[in-house]
Amino acid sequence: MAQVSDKPKFVTREEVKMPPLKELTSMRDKIAPGHRLCTGCVAGTILRQMFMAAEAADYTLIIANATGCVEVCTSIYPYTSWKVPWIHNAFENAAATITGVEAAYKALKKKGMLPSDKKVKFVALAGDGGTYDIGFQSLSGAFERNHDFIYVCYDNEAYMNTGIQRSSATPRHASTTTQPAGKVIPGKPQPKKWMPEIAVAHGIPYVAQLAPSNFNDFFKKFTKALNTEGPSYLNIFCTCPRGWRAKEEEGILISKLAVETNYWPLFEVENGSWKINYKPKERKSVVEFLKKQGRFKHMFKSGNEHLIEELQQDVDKRWERLLKLEQL
Amino acid sequence: MAVRLMTERKVVPYTGNMATAEALRQINPDVVAAYPITPQTEIMHFFANYVANGLVDTEFMTVESEHSALSAAVGAAAAGARAMTATAGPGLALMWEILGVASGMRLPIVIPVVNRALSAPINIHCDHSDMMGARDQGCIMLFSENAEEQYDNVIQAVRIAEDERVRLPVIIGMDGFIISHSIENVSLLTDDEVKKFVGKQTLTHSLLDIDNPVTHGPIAMADSYMEFKRQQREAMMNAYKVIREAGEEFAELKGKKYEHIETYKTEDAEYILIVMGSAAGTAKYTVDGLREKGEKVGLIKVRTFRPFPYYDVVDVIDASNVKAIGVMDRAETFGGYSGPLFEEVCTSLYTRGKIYPITGIVYGLGGRDCNLNHIEEAFDVVKRKAAGMDVPPVTYLNLRV
Ligand SMILES: Cc1ncc(C[n+]2csc(CCOP(=O)(O)OP(=O)(O)O)c2C)c(N)n1
Ligand code: SF4
Ligand SMILES: [Mg+2]
Repeated sequence: MAQVSDKPKFVTREEVKMPPLKELTSMRDKIAPGHRLCTGCVAGTILRQMFMAAEAADYTLIIANATGCVEVCTSIYPYTSWKVPWIHNAFENAAATITGVEAAYKALKKKGMLPSDKKVKFVALAGDGGTYDIGFQSLSGAFERNHDFIYVCYDNEAYMNTGIQRSSATPRHASTTTQPAGKVIPGKPQPKKWMPEIAVAHGIPYVAQLAPSNFNDFFKKFTKALNTEGPSYLNIFCTCPRGWRAKEEEGILISKLAVETNYWPLFEVENGSWKINYKPKERKSVVEFLKKQGRFKHMFKSGNEHLIEELQQDVDKRWERLLKLEQL
Repeated sequence: MAVRLMTERKVVPYTGNMATAEALRQINPDVVAAYPITPQTEIMHFFANYVANGLVDTEFMTVESEHSALSAAVGAAAAGARAMTATAGPGLALMWEILGVASGMRLPIVIPVVNRALSAPINIHCDHSDMMGARDQGCIMLFSENAEEQYDNVIQAVRIAEDERVRLPVIIGMDGFIISHSIENVSLLTDDEVKKFVGKQTLTHSLLDIDNPVTHGPIAMADSYMEFKRQQREAMMNAYKVIREAGEEFAELKGKKYEHIETYKTEDAEYILIVMGSAAGTAKYTVDGLREKGEKVGLIKVRTFRPFPYYDVVDVIDASNVKAIGVMDRAETFGGYSGPLFEEVCTSLYTRGKIYPITGIVYGLGGRDCNLNHIEEAFDVVKRKAAGMDVPPVTYLNLRV
């Protein structure tokens, strides 16, 4: 394991060379077509964006995938969508699993037993449930042990695979099957857990928040994570048309609105220093983001204006905190 | 490279934990994941010292829970590494979910377990409820009678687990404190002998083979799940043979033979006790004492609990002059007829058409003492059963009234 004290150097955003889109899109896909993700599921888009960055940097990803939509939809025996080494162990242990693989890599490398000496990067891939909730302990342990891996959370803000149950990543007032908008309780009472700052608190070298609508930024951040020694945490916005009751063709648009409304700010944290990568010239009202999604529909009923206000406050508070963190 | 410490064979005064750690050092696994729990923790203290002093090449992972310990071992084993972890009682319970993952993914992980009671009430002392709780998770299970057996079993376990016909995790149990913390004479092999016996692992379907990417742990629907399970059953049946072969080869090396069961003065025995773990030692001693008084008593010690050696057990009983059998369980099956070992023995006998008077005896829960007097008491129960007297389905030994 890398020494916790030696601060890794980062490639700067300017140093990340993004090949022309034409070149990127003609790269051999590492995720095969025919998987069972819903039409319009942005998780699939995220995977492709990850693989483009990895391919461009000549890295092979070795992935441990937590139970969830991506895992279930891509590995129905006897088929697999994965053209890279991939393992599913259980729901709550993607981080522990990938650190075991990484430890094996070191051990077998020492023994001269590795079949290939190409560049590899270890990736734990999990949904918000597998990250913010049930996989939290395993994730925290893996960060603290300072293994060399990227933790990717595709955050679709609920337990989708089991039928849209609330998680600690679900935003305030969203309607889910376990906290539905009712006459007395209007959806989830608690605000969304602020995971990136918890990741930063571990003292890991690189934490970033990404959105698939902003591919340029996505590409740079993933490339930086590839080049970081030690743990990286990537929190990725992931539209779930099914669970959010949104239009299948609007996944990327909703991601864009999330960024433009500051609902999903794009930032990165290198060795504890925060930087906001995109500040909208004119921040849109969160309403623009909410109105595209059925999970927030009840908030638009007359008499419920305060629900929208409260969510807007959550968004503004987080943005202000980010601005402060950037000043540190 | 790991330093060779034992260049000559030695008999040393070791506890079970020291002996287990010594076996681990000599095996020199690629990855070991550890989490503290009494009475296992000490194994990892010893091992951590080997790591700190460069005596092993192991990547040592001090993880944040037993669940993660086994999860990391699964990742490491799927990558082709020789992976191990060790635990006890509640730690094994926390691993339970991943034990089934490890066996279902056919990963040869070796797991020494220091047997400890489950909560509640919380208790750090010995019984077998931890391994019995995990008995249907598809792992091979061996029980050791003493420190040397634990040492020998752990070394054999590597071979058994990695055999192509098997590829299953192996759990090797030794009784908490009774074995783990008692000093006995342990005869050790040399480092080279252990290295040769365990051999080199082969990289099969390694996650690190990026030129031949494999998918480990896919989802199987109703159209294929049962075939996976059936293959696991077959691997377990193969293990019956492979454990025996490993025992025979080990005997050639060390002179001490390991079989699925060990029998003690059963040939002409009329009253037979069946037992696992450290109580077997006490029971042998008791048998000697009773034999001196002219009593025809004998003992069967079960070493392999999974796969259960039903043929071996019945053959031995059949060849004796048995009038009644007592099966001693160091675990409860609340609401069942008697303990898990009892049920295995009954099934083994009945399915071979052998009906003998048989009774269940539960002993030693949470570290409750089981000495010569208690084993004598157990034989008394068996004698009463043979005489047709009324005996309850389960007799608790050494219970305070
Ligand atoms: C130990 C355990 N608890 C619960 C489940 C059930 N389960 C499987 S996937 C899932 C939801 C996953 O949610 P998330 O991690 O957000 O991923 P998503 O499905 O949204 O992509 C749940 C609750 C499980 N498989 N294992
Ligand atoms: S439920 Fe949502 S996250 Fe899951 S596959 Fe469908 S769109 Fe994707
Ligand atoms: Mg989710």
